[in-house]
Amino acid sequence: MSRTSILQSIKANQPSFVEAPEVENFAPAFDDAVEKYIEVLRGIGGTLHHVESDEQIISIIKAQFAEAKRIVSDLPGMSSIAQTYESGDGHVFEDVDLFIMDSNLAVAENGAVWISDNEIKERVLPFITQHLAVILDKKSIVPTMHVAYDIIAQKDYGFAAFIAGPSKTADIEQSLVLGAHGPKTMTVFLK
Amino acid sequence: MDHSQLAATFNKDESRVTWHDETLWWVRQKRDKQAHQLPEWERLRETASRIKNNVLSNLSGYLEEFEANAIKNGITVHWAADGKEHNAIVHSILQKHGVNKIVKSKSMLTEECHLNEYLHQQGVEVIDTDLGEYIVQLAKEPPSHIVLPCIHKKKEDIGELFHQYLGTPEGNADPQFLTNAARLHLREKFLTRKIAITGVNFAVAETGEFVVCTNEGNADMGAHLSDVHIACMGLEKLIPKRKHLSVFLRLLTRSATGQPITTYSSHFKKPRKNQEMHIVLVDNGRSRQLGRPDFRNSLKCIRCGACMNTCPVYRRSGGHSYHNAIAGPIGSILAPNIDMKDYADLPFASTLCGSCSNVCPVKIDIHDQLYKWRQVLVKDGHASIVKKLGMKGMTFTLSHPAVFNFAGKAGRWVLKHTPFVVNNGFNPWFKQRDMPEPPKESFAEWYKKAVSNQQ
Ligand code: SF4
Repeated sequence: MSRTSILQSIKANQPSFVEAPEVENFAPAFDDAVEKYIEVLRGIGGTLHHVESDEQIISIIKAQFAEAKRIVSDLPGMSSIAQTYESGDGHVFEDVDLFIMDSNLAVAENGAVWISDNEIKERVLPFITQHLAVILDKKSIVPTMHVAYDIIAQKDYGFAAFIAGPSKTADIEQSLVLGAHGPKTMTVFLK
Repeated sequence: MDHSQLAATFNKDESRVTWHDETLWWVRQKRDKQAHQLPEWERLRETASRIKNNVLSNLSGYLEEFEANAIKNGITVHWAADGKEHNAIVHSILQKHGVNKIVKSKSMLTEECHLNEYLHQQGVEVIDTDLGEYIVQLAKEPPSHIVLPCIHKKKEDIGELFHQYLGTPEGNADPQFLTNAARLHLREKFLTRKIAITGVNFAVAETGEFVVCTNEGNADMGAHLSDVHIACMGLEKLIPKRKHLSVFLRLLTRSATGQPITTYSSHFKKPRKNQEMHIVLVDNGRSRQLGRPDFRNSLKCIRCGACMNTCPVYRRSGGHSYHNAIAGPIGSILAPNIDMKDYADLPFASTLCGSCSNVCPVKIDIHDQLYKWRQVLVKDGHASIVKKLGMKGMTFTLSHPAVFNFAGKAGRWVLKHTPFVVNNGFNPWFKQRDMPEPPKESFAEWYKKAVSNQQ
């Protein structure tokens, strides 16, 4: 192992110590975080519905995902349309059409929702599913990443992620295609 | 072959060069649009740059802190002095598990170490799962851009490759159709491979976690379905605290593609139950670069690619002309550190117009470093190469009107305001003749004005 020699050479070569700056809490350039979130999410290829109840969500899902054969979610409110799941082997979710989850943190400036394996016990689910639905409370939307990390800073998790829209690629001649390896659509239900 | 010869090859297909040039400029403009939406953009860049200054000044401390925390999280940490050791470590993990087929998401580090070639020689099949990388892999080429690996290819080329390797219908070059074909094909690989390699965008000393950013979701598909996840990183990827991610994630994708953030910013802290997680920390010349005061700032790079998209030479010479895993302005600073002789041409593949330094999200003084490399190369006895290349560099810009126009505008500014930059012993163009007085307007600008004045 080269550990010792690498560290020695870094110690010999690194410049003298300078402090890291305090990160300012840069104020956002917009007033209404909810409005901004909706605008940005739609800009990155997401779909958004304003809802008031689980019943409303269920009826929208039934209409929008009529073809879905396998819907998975462990949210109690979705039990009439979705199977619950056990964590263990992610491969068994290969044929999931729709995964419904909730998030308690979203970021207006980039449309992302934050998830972690404290809530989503099977890490691959939000990625392997053909379509992703997220239930989000307006109160969970913060304006910027700085505010988001103030909340996340001390949290413990094994895995966590910001997810912003459906998976996408523009690798072929910079033509945007939704549905690269992950979900082809992302639908947010805003309560 | 050096940069100007390779550029000449790329330049044979004129319409393709124009397309390449314009497409990258379009990406640059998307970046500008995002940057202009944030009034604090400049202060953000300054903050990022200063965080990285702190990282470089305490890199050994942060590495030890990161290692200790990662081990606490259940991750195995490896240290590799160079590409060779990195490759051997990765291979030994595969051997331990008896695995000879793996998936890999984008990692410029593994390109730098030539991991694919090495594993191939050991009888291991590596499938690159980022669509762009998958395409260049099928074409048996290296990526030509760190963010847009197959930007040098037209959709017809890709349609042909997919027809040959995936059996898609001949002549079908529809991006949506081809992407879906790759999705179906690669899904089977994700589901059947036991080991996944990913790169690392940021590693957090305070928590021992690492963050991987993708738009496609390929890193997550590979990692979460694998029994063993190996993350390979250059040791400059460290940042002190999780909170600092807010600064870097705000800058990275806005600078790279003009999106507000990548679709996925995945934070890997602990392995799944029954999963093994490894991190390979790679030096490969980085500690040496850290000891070069004029060039150590290049280690602040977060690999956004903005300096390439904006570079008039890169846009018109193509990534492959840099004959190095990392192309463009930043690649031209990093490469001579690894091998001064082989890459002596690269610091000359630049007009020193400074556009790269203006867009760099961590404020690396890229064009100054290119200029300084030219001096070092002369001092270290590469003078004859330098003279030859210096002349060719001029030849390249003079024979490519688009580069010349752009370089000319910037060049005139440089001549007027900082004559010492150009009028020095290292610019061979200078040795035999005096630099002419810069005209206020170029002929092209003058002509445009004269014509419109007539109307
Ligand atoms: S040098 Fe700066 S602009 Fe170029 S890739 Fe690195 S971070 Fe981006």
